[in-house]
Amino acid sequence: MTVATVYISRDASALSLGAEAVAQAIEREAQARGVELRLVRTGSRGMCWLEPLVEVAGPDGRVAYGPVTAADVPGLFAAGFPAVVKHPLCQGPTARIPYFERQDRLTFARVGVVDPLSIDDYLQHDGYGGLRKALEMAPARVVQEVTDSGLRGRGGAAFPAGLKWRTVLEQVADCKYVACNADEGDSGTFADRMLMEGDPFVLIEGMTIAGLAVGATRGYVYLRIEYPHALRTLQAAIDTARRHGYLGHDILGSGRGFDIEIRLGAGAYICGEETSMLESLEGRRGEVRFRPPLPAVKGLFGRPTVVNNVITLASVPLILERGAAFYKEYGVGRSQGTLPIQLAGNVRRGGLIEKAFGVTLREVLYDFGGGSATGRPIRAVQAGGPLGAYIPASQFDTPLDYEAFAGIDAMLGHGGLVVFDDSVDMAQMARYAMEFCALESCGKCTPCRIGSGRGVEIIDRIVQGTDREKNLALLAELCDTMVQGSLCGLGGMAPFPVQSALKHFPDDFRRGA
Amino acid sequence: MSDTESLRETIEGIVRRFEGVPGPLLAVLHGVQDLLGHVPAAAIPLIAEGLNLSRAEVHGVVTFYHHFRDRPAGRHVLRVCRAEACQAMGGVALGEHARRRLGVDFEETTADGGVTLQAVYCLGNCACSPAVMLDGELHGRVTSQQLDVLLEGLAERKP
Ligand SMILES: Cc1cc2nc3c(=O)[nH]c(=O)nc-3n(C[C@H](O)[C@H](O)[C@H](O)COP(=O)(O)O)c2cc1C
Ligand code: SF4
Ligand code: FES
Repeated sequence: MTVATVYISRDASALSLGAEAVAQAIEREAQARGVELRLVRTGSRGMCWLEPLVEVAGPDGRVAYGPVTAADVPGLFAAGFPAVVKHPLCQGPTARIPYFERQDRLTFARVGVVDPLSIDDYLQHDGYGGLRKALEMAPARVVQEVTDSGLRGRGGAAFPAGLKWRTVLEQVADCKYVACNADEGDSGTFADRMLMEGDPFVLIEGMTIAGLAVGATRGYVYLRIEYPHALRTLQAAIDTARRHGYLGHDILGSGRGFDIEIRLGAGAYICGEETSMLESLEGRRGEVRFRPPLPAVKGLFGRPTVVNNVITLASVPLILERGAAFYKEYGVGRSQGTLPIQLAGNVRRGGLIEKAFGVTLREVLYDFGGGSATGRPIRAVQAGGPLGAYIPASQFDTPLDYEAFAGIDAMLGHGGLVVFDDSVDMAQMARYAMEFCALESCGKCTPCRIGSGRGVEIIDRIVQGTDREKNLALLAELCDTMVQGSLCGLGGMAPFPVQSALKHFPDDFRRGA
Repeated sequence: MSDTESLRETIEGIVRRFEGVPGPLLAVLHGVQDLLGHVPAAAIPLIAEGLNLSRAEVHGVVTFYHHFRDRPAGRHVLRVCRAEACQAMGGVALGEHARRRLGVDFEETTADGGVTLQAVYCLGNCACSPAVMLDGELHGRVTSQQLDVLLEGLAERKP
């Protein structure tokens, strides 16, 4: 008899729901029953509502059980587990679960499948194919391939990655850097974390390709302190990659070098803004820099620097391996490729959905998400993090596409969608947007530093019914001042959730007194 | 050895670890807080001296970042997420429950030094909200009752 292989995620989200206890219960039960099995700890499949998810390798792929608690484990074994058994928790073949089957898993192809710390697993699943190709190409060709793929930055601003890389390539300098933005501060987003925990080698490979393409020999990952699990996994993977010759001064015998170091943030949302991140990487207060010069010209330690988000960099290996044309087949208009959508908040089936651009918000919320968790109507969705607009139900047919979102005064940003049911008080959400801005402002410009605190006071007065019309006008004016007079996106975009709440949910501001 | 001397030795040791590292201040501060549990005011001139920076510069960096604290935390640290995805699932009420139950406000420590309560803005567990982190361990879909169980578990662990 062959030994059954059982897969359980060690992703932080799965652990937060008890995956460790389930893994231990399975080992204990197997031992007690004299059942031999091999337990592999993977990343998460992204189906958070099924976590802790337990999978068993079967003749036609893996079969899923979920959500499993430690208490379910004896019953599963009694029914015949780890053989594939009929059980109320059995979800059938993982690949056939509609939520999973309907995705376009490119960047996340290996996440939830492989053991994130096994470089053999990585290589067996097409890992380092992109780097091998890149090593045979002239740097300018690599940059061209990324440009041709249409890949735009997934961190928020959606700037074409190839253009940025070309600028860095064209600079003449004694030293250049690749700085990976893993600050992931937006509420409702966790794709960077899931990728780093589930397939860290793809980020390492992507950064290495970026380094070779632009002539950088050193990479930094700026990782937020709130992600201890990602830190452990990524650090272990970096050490492994170095031991196997995929990092260091002579990558795969090419004579070309690149290495990566992780630097931890310290709990400041603004440090996700790229120039603030560079200041922080240099060991200073995370105050936003004036632009120009662009980081691509004068970035980290004054040198030309590629600053890209985790997902942007992790998308690159596949583009090199399969070619720009392959990647471009996905998506619509100027939004090419796939977006790892993060469905969060009050939704029945929250999780990570990687899908070609163009899927509508409604499909994501209802076909994937199954509506709200509470069963009440979905009233609003905040897209793109705390600086993103609130979108009302009347706009749920908007396709997920950068331009279409801009067309409704919203933004896709890092792909986070936070769902609210009809119990939400939009005046309070608007107030929170201002409060958050006040809390996280770097303090460099007045509209943001002072204006946001004023915004909180004004909204309080509106809600209380004190000089409501006058204060509504004042709030509109304040929002304009912040949008126009702020140096960076924190002060410049914090008014977006406020303005959208005022526009789409005006009644919420006129309830009291 | 006096406290001052031992602090000096500790800081010098940490600074030495980052010798040759460009822009080391944040890394040094992490090192200090990891070891001592906080960044004491007395450490600031020593760090400044070790890294050849002004005291004002070091102080400015310490105060800029929410993570660094100038006082020791309690034996346990409970961080409750207050950001949007958690708010959508009752995160505000969960935070209020934690405050009532512990009898402290956010950023305060219980009188017995047992638990420090902190607000945090997203733990990356937004699809399993509301989320809390207790001593570095993440928990998802946390109800008030579950939070009580977690906190009772701490009482048992108390030395
Ligand atoms: C206030 C603010 C916060 C930001 N936070 C992040 C973040 O956490 N992660 C990220 O990748 N980009 C963040 N960005 C965007 C970065 O400034 C920058 O555009 C991005 O890192 C570039 O990488 P990309 O082109 O690959 O997206 C933020 C921007 C602003 C204005
Ligand atoms: S808008 Fe706010 S966060 Fe951005 S530079 Fe100005 S003060 Fe700093
Ligand atoms: S908003 Fe609470 S974990 Fe992300």
